[in-house]
Amino acid sequence: MINRYPLWKNLLVAGAVLLGAIYALPNIYPPDFAVQISNDDTGLEVSARALAEVTEALDTAAIPYFGAELANGSALIRFASDEAQLSAQKVVQRTLHDLKENFVVALNSAPTTPSWLSDLGAEPMKYGLDLRGGVHFLMEVDTDKTISDRIEAMEQGIKALLRERKDRIRYTDFQSPSQGVLKVSFETEDLRNRARTKIEAQYQQFLVAIGEDDQFFITLTITTDAIREIEDFAVHQNLQTIRNRVNELGVAEPLVQRLGRNRIVVDLPGVQDTAAAKKILGKVATLEFRLEAQPDAPRTTTLEYEYEGRDVRIEKDIILRGDRVFDASVGFDPDSSLPQVNIKLDSDGGELMHRATRNNIGRRMAVIFIETKTRDKYEMVDGEEVRVSVPYIEKRVISLATVRAALGVSFRITGLQSGEARELALLLRAGALAADMFIAEERTVGASLGKDNIELGALSVSVGLGLVLLFMLFYYKLFGLAANIALLANLLLLVAVMSSLSATLTLPGIAGIVLTVGMAVDANVLIFSRIREELKNKMSPQAAINAGFERAFVTILDANLTTLLVAVILYSIGTGPIKGFAITLSIGILTSMFTAILGTRAIVNLMYGGRNVKRLMI
Amino acid sequence: MALDDLNFNFMGYRKIAAAISLTLVVLSIVSLAINEVEWGLDFTGGTLVEVYYDEAVNPEAIRILLDEAGYEGHVVQYFGSDQDVLVRVPPQKGLDTRENARLGDHVLDSLKASSTTGVELRRSEFVGPAVGAELTNQGGLGLLMALAMVMLYVAFRFQLKFAFGAVIALFHDVVITLGIFSIARWDFDLTVLAALLAVIGYSLNDTIVVSDRIRENFRRIRKSTPTEIINTSLNQTLGRTLITSLTTLLVLFSLLILGGELIRGFAIGLIIGVVVGTYSSIYIAASVLLSLNISREDLAIPVKEGADDADITTGF
Repeated sequence: MINRYPLWKNLLVAGAVLLGAIYALPNIYPPDFAVQISNDDTGLEVSARALAEVTEALDTAAIPYFGAELANGSALIRFASDEAQLSAQKVVQRTLHDLKENFVVALNSAPTTPSWLSDLGAEPMKYGLDLRGGVHFLMEVDTDKTISDRIEAMEQGIKALLRERKDRIRYTDFQSPSQGVLKVSFETEDLRNRARTKIEAQYQQFLVAIGEDDQFFITLTITTDAIREIEDFAVHQNLQTIRNRVNELGVAEPLVQRLGRNRIVVDLPGVQDTAAAKKILGKVATLEFRLEAQPDAPRTTTLEYEYEGRDVRIEKDIILRGDRVFDASVGFDPDSSLPQVNIKLDSDGGELMHRATRNNIGRRMAVIFIETKTRDKYEMVDGEEVRVSVPYIEKRVISLATVRAALGVSFRITGLQSGEARELALLLRAGALAADMFIAEERTVGASLGKDNIELGALSVSVGLGLVLLFMLFYYKLFGLAANIALLANLLLLVAVMSSLSATLTLPGIAGIVLTVGMAVDANVLIFSRIREELKNKMSPQAAINAGFERAFVTILDANLTTLLVAVILYSIGTGPIKGFAITLSIGILTSMFTAILGTRAIVNLMYGGRNVKRLMI
Repeated sequence: MALDDLNFNFMGYRKIAAAISLTLVVLSIVSLAINEVEWGLDFTGGTLVEVYYDEAVNPEAIRILLDEAGYEGHVVQYFGSDQDVLVRVPPQKGLDTRENARLGDHVLDSLKASSTTGVELRRSEFVGPAVGAELTNQGGLGLLMALAMVMLYVAFRFQLKFAFGAVIALFHDVVITLGIFSIARWDFDLTVLAALLAVIGYSLNDTIVVSDRIRENFRRIRKSTPTEIINTSLNQTLGRTLITSLTTLLVLFSLLILGGELIRGFAIGLIIGVVVGTYSSIYIAASVLLSLNISREDLAIPVKEGADDADITTGF
């Protein structure tokens, strides 16, 4: 009953606080304003030469910078002010434009964490979009429509398969009683069995069953796996498209992520022009299938392209466009086991392809990939040079292969290296008909509001904290001081945990911190009122301290666990802003239990433990 | 200190308190049934644009502008100062999803085009109808789930009668807070929903502390009636209840006054919740216990429980 902690407990408390201090420390170093130069989707690395040119241009423009560095193929240049950063961005863009280097030049903030801290893995907290400004999109992919389109295309494909000229299987009835279910009837059992074998070999997406009524029939039911596959394909295709586009926007740390079954989150920190962002995100690539021109074809009917370093002349007539392609994947040629690309068209596409190729066996067919891109141009407006983005259409031949047979709904391109096959399939998919996508939610926070939010948040946390500290000191005297030290340690630990978990700090998150400050003292209030009560019951000061801490413990545990329970529910049901609040609240509850019970006890023990005390300052 | 020496006959006034609570709950439910709450953009869907003008601006001019542009059901209001303007436009019937998603850009463009002073975008939001509906469902589900989990936990840690008391108190707090939002026509957005769930957490915290003391006193004090024991417990915990509410209110008022417009709804929701929650943990939860005839026998499993407590407490 001497109220002293064993050494290990004091060390535990001191160690936790020290660790907290180290991991919270990076947050006091304000980030530098920086311009980041990074590669486009091409995988090109920023060269030391390009960086040297850029820094030279900055010197010429008399823009002070420090720390121009190359890392992981991209360059980072730091500036002392946001004005310097903004004007530097223009200079850098201009220089790279003159160098004909196609890089993304984005504004960024560079952490200034000292290396001894980052070596320990300590990083500052990340700020959410509501604090740094930027655009958040929630895109929804219209998978329902895609699924019904694809199922219909497959039905048509099955019909075409049965009608194939070489091996025709006559059916008497072909109907679809519900979506994804087909019933095909035949006159004889033999016909039905042949059809079954043939369909099963080509359409693994369907479950095949046989039956008899007045005729012999098979029923085909699409598997849930197949539906899921169509859905995944549609979402991934859009995901890829968005990723490619985002690069064009010049965003430092974009986030493009699938959410649930058919949604895609796009977070673009720092972007203010939402209209431009939407325009760029909405762009899609497409494909054209065209035949190579005959040597004697008139010039007016052909176009010239470059393919693998040689000029090729391609007919102007388009066989079909990307919207007829519904799948492209890498496979292996069963004869040579070399890689190949399997392409599937819808039934109209198959028809068009058949018509175009049946009389042209032996000629070559080209696939042309068409993309809208933007190019920077510098114009003089009112005597001032301004940068304008000019859209242009880029067309390139991605495949030129000899037609070996009359082609239909599905065909393959062979004779490729495995890398080529993958690249070609990727491009074909990117140019294939994309599932419709629309904006389900959009939130834009201007840079000025973000700044205000940080300032107001910091102000309300400090004022709230100050008031609570004052009140505790006034009401509980020396014990209040102990509680205050614990409260500050709690904030330190909260920030440290948030930082090391890479949790994102948002405005509701700040509200969570404020609430934590108010509620964290609750544990101490419980303990202290208990101590006062025991003193009133004529307990000795040392015994009262011990009893107060011990008896309040279960109550504190119960009260905090139930609050934690609610916070976890909040997290699991919540979207963006609510999640931010739930995270800080949960972490705050856990850290406050540690500091308010163990921390305060350690301090009180240091103050009163192990000696004869007549009166407590409580 | 005065707060620690109270001996107030709380339960003597429990009929009056019950009448007041019942009136407030009924009023709230009536208002909710008639007016619902002023659902924010997060739930209704639609478009919101907040802009900052370099000079003070007359919202009437903006209203006329938007009328002329053909937007239906728009709301224009100051947001914090006479230079900050908030424009809300509900989903327009004549437009499809894609066009509705572009409304914010069009509104911003026309505000910029019509203004002679600088206009700066502070924030813009668009919420599609599907997302709004999902949020409403999720929010309601979240509230119910929180209540159910709490009831389970309290029933497990204490006793079923305590669980009823806690849940009725929480229900009371949530309904009255919602009711005040409904009567005052304050915007109910996602942050207010978060506040409401935090109120559940807070009020529960209070109720648990009181219940804990009631349980302890039932086991310790042998010669008192349940009413006396509950009164003693309430008086013993009153100091703590009030001081914790006070510190929480201190930070919440700092958030309300200094935290800016965006966090105002959250702060107000929590302030109301904390006040109502403090009251309910004294009157509602304890009253329900008395009405359910709580007795010493309900808590007579001290052997195992006591051992558990002792195990946990040693060492702290």
